[in-house]
Amino acid sequence: MSDIPVIRFEDVSKIYPLPAGDVVALDRVSLTVERGEFIAVMGPSGSGKSTLLNLMGCLDVPTSGKIYLSGKDISGMNDDELTRLRRDQIGFVFQQFNLIPLLSALENVEFPVVLTPDREKSRERAVEMLRAMDLEEELYTHKPSELSGGQQQRVAIARALVNDPALILCDEPTGNLDTKTGTAIMNLLAEENRKGKTIVMVTHDPKVAEYAHRLIQIVDGRLV
Amino acid sequence: MIFLDFAVRNLKRHWVRSFLSIIGIVIGVIAIASLGIMGNSINLLVANLITDVGDTIVITPHTAIGDTFAGDPRTAVDATIPARQVDEIRRAASPHRVIPVQQGADEVEFGGGESGYTQVIGLDAEDIPALLDIKVGQYPRQNQPGALVGTYLAEEYDISPGARIAIGGDDLRVAGLLEERGFAADINPDYAVVVPSAWYRDHFGTDDAYSMVIIRVGDVGEIDSVKDAVDDQLNRREETVDIFDSRELLRQYEEIYRQITTFLVGIGGISLLVAAVNILNVMYISVTERIREIGIMRSIGVLRREVLRMFLYEAVILGVIGSVIGGAFSAVGGYFISVAAIEVFTAGTTFGENFTVFDLTAVGFVIFGMLFGIATSIVAGFYPAWKAAQQQPIEAMRHD
Ligand SMILES: Nc1ncnc2c1ncn2[C@@H]1O[C@H](COP(=O)(O)OP(=O)(O)OP(=O)(O)O)[C@@H](O)[C@H]1O
Ligand SMILES: [Mg+2]
Repeated sequence: MSDIPVIRFEDVSKIYPLPAGDVVALDRVSLTVERGEFIAVMGPSGSGKSTLLNLMGCLDVPTSGKIYLSGKDISGMNDDELTRLRRDQIGFVFQQFNLIPLLSALENVEFPVVLTPDREKSRERAVEMLRAMDLEEELYTHKPSELSGGQQQRVAIARALVNDPALILCDEPTGNLDTKTGTAIMNLLAEENRKGKTIVMVTHDPKVAEYAHRLIQIVDGRLV
Repeated sequence: MIFLDFAVRNLKRHWVRSFLSIIGIVIGVIAIASLGIMGNSINLLVANLITDVGDTIVITPHTAIGDTFAGDPRTAVDATIPARQVDEIRRAASPHRVIPVQQGADEVEFGGGESGYTQVIGLDAEDIPALLDIKVGQYPRQNQPGALVGTYLAEEYDISPGARIAIGGDDLRVAGLLEERGFAADINPDYAVVVPSAWYRDHFGTDDAYSMVIIRVGDVGEIDSVKDAVDDQLNRREETVDIFDSRELLRQYEEIYRQITTFLVGIGGISLLVAAVNILNVMYISVTERIREIGIMRSIGVLRREVLRMFLYEAVILGVIGSVIGGAFSAVGGYFISVAAIEVFTAGTTFGENFTVFDLTAVGFVIFGMLFGIATSIVAGFYPAWKAAQQQPIEAMRHD
């Protein structure tokens, strides 16, 4: 069981057809992510890091190639299965936070729990997560539009971790944070990793990348 | 349920938009329901106005004007049917009842110094009960003359049975008042005085000239054969009389109100379309604005059907609120429009009295309008939500 990789890419390409010509965001990428790994993905802007992470998170489908999550080909899964996978197995921190504007900080964190069958402890879990993120308690009732970038990022990370996912995907988790908070977040992620979670993280910051055990470099949609 | 709560919060958050959506739905529902009510009222009214005498043949003197309506004053003034021809008609139409009609006009004093130039109809006393119903009083007898006064005339001059009127200076007692008769194929005595033919002949001095002959055919199936017999008898050498039957007149009226109905259904159809487009538009915009949000929710584990359920709740809430308000407005509005329409159509008559606007059909239109509003809202909200839910989460999130 443990030798089945969490993620396996086989010749995965992602091409965006645009009127001005096709954009090849990922070009025949093959990689494996083993259980318990902590990987940093680095590369210049526009090189395809977010595209890679979106495909790992089942948020998008590849133009060609195969993606296996825990050994299962995701092209053979229906939408409900993929959605439940996102809900229960994957925690995603978006580059643009993507909080739900309608909900308060606390409700945003609580939301993924509410969607699951064991929603009773949802409020406790959410508060616990936000405490771990060091978010001031008076901000819990604020809407995302009433939070700073860094505060939103912490809420977004709390939301990603709240369902205790086995796989955590972070797109620039510390991009908007000061060094101190950034360090705190990274320690938290490292702690999660020690508990056995698999983490793939996109970053520009070599210092942040140091927390990872493996580095994937990507340039123009190709691994180097 | 979290998605219901979500729907309500979404509607509250965008309360201006929700309000506009509701207005859109309200207008749509009103347009449909009140037009339906109005059309229905007019149809009811027209059906009410026409006295159904499906078994009547009307014979008028042939005039150069030709196919004029039997009540056309020119027919009465220009030519008459002589007594000889009436006898021929009687022979041809036997055994059906033949009712010769004399019509003239004279100055009538109604008492209290009031008088007016009024139509006077002379009928054989025996024929009167076969042709006209009385509201109060009694039918006059041939040897005991009396007048029957049309209902509007009676109302206008406040006449009741037993009163005395003078027609062209000749005193006459009012024996009774007639029931309202409306537009009939033969005579319309609502504004006239009906007297026995003997009195009529004495007064006007005409004993050989009838303006019209009515044949009452008991069985509608025999109308054509009776018409043919009369035609054979009187029009063999040259056209001396014109022969109508009430079916033709009814057909004409039916044609008219079929056209009114078509017209209203046409307008109703257009407003249905406008309303649907309006509701679609508002709902479509409000869902499209939130495609990004749908993408976010999908990315953190909301199923397609849960997205649809949430938007369905929103659409249903808006649709129900809008439709209930619209239904209430159109019930009230439709009532006043109909009352106004009836007043215009029946000015000076009493047909509009006791006329109920709200029969089952009208209620049906309100319910139809409301269901239409709810259904359109659901379709309009559902389709873009479904489209957004079909997209990959990341594509939806990129939308703005
Ligand atoms: N929806 C899209 N349509 C067309 N092209 C796209 C789309 N999304 C990404 N791209 C293109 O794909 C390439 C890779 O984009 P991606 O977002 O993965 O870059 P990135 O490595 O995350 O960049 P950054 O570090 O700036 O976030 C870019 O050239 C981008 O222009
Ligand atoms: Mg990126």
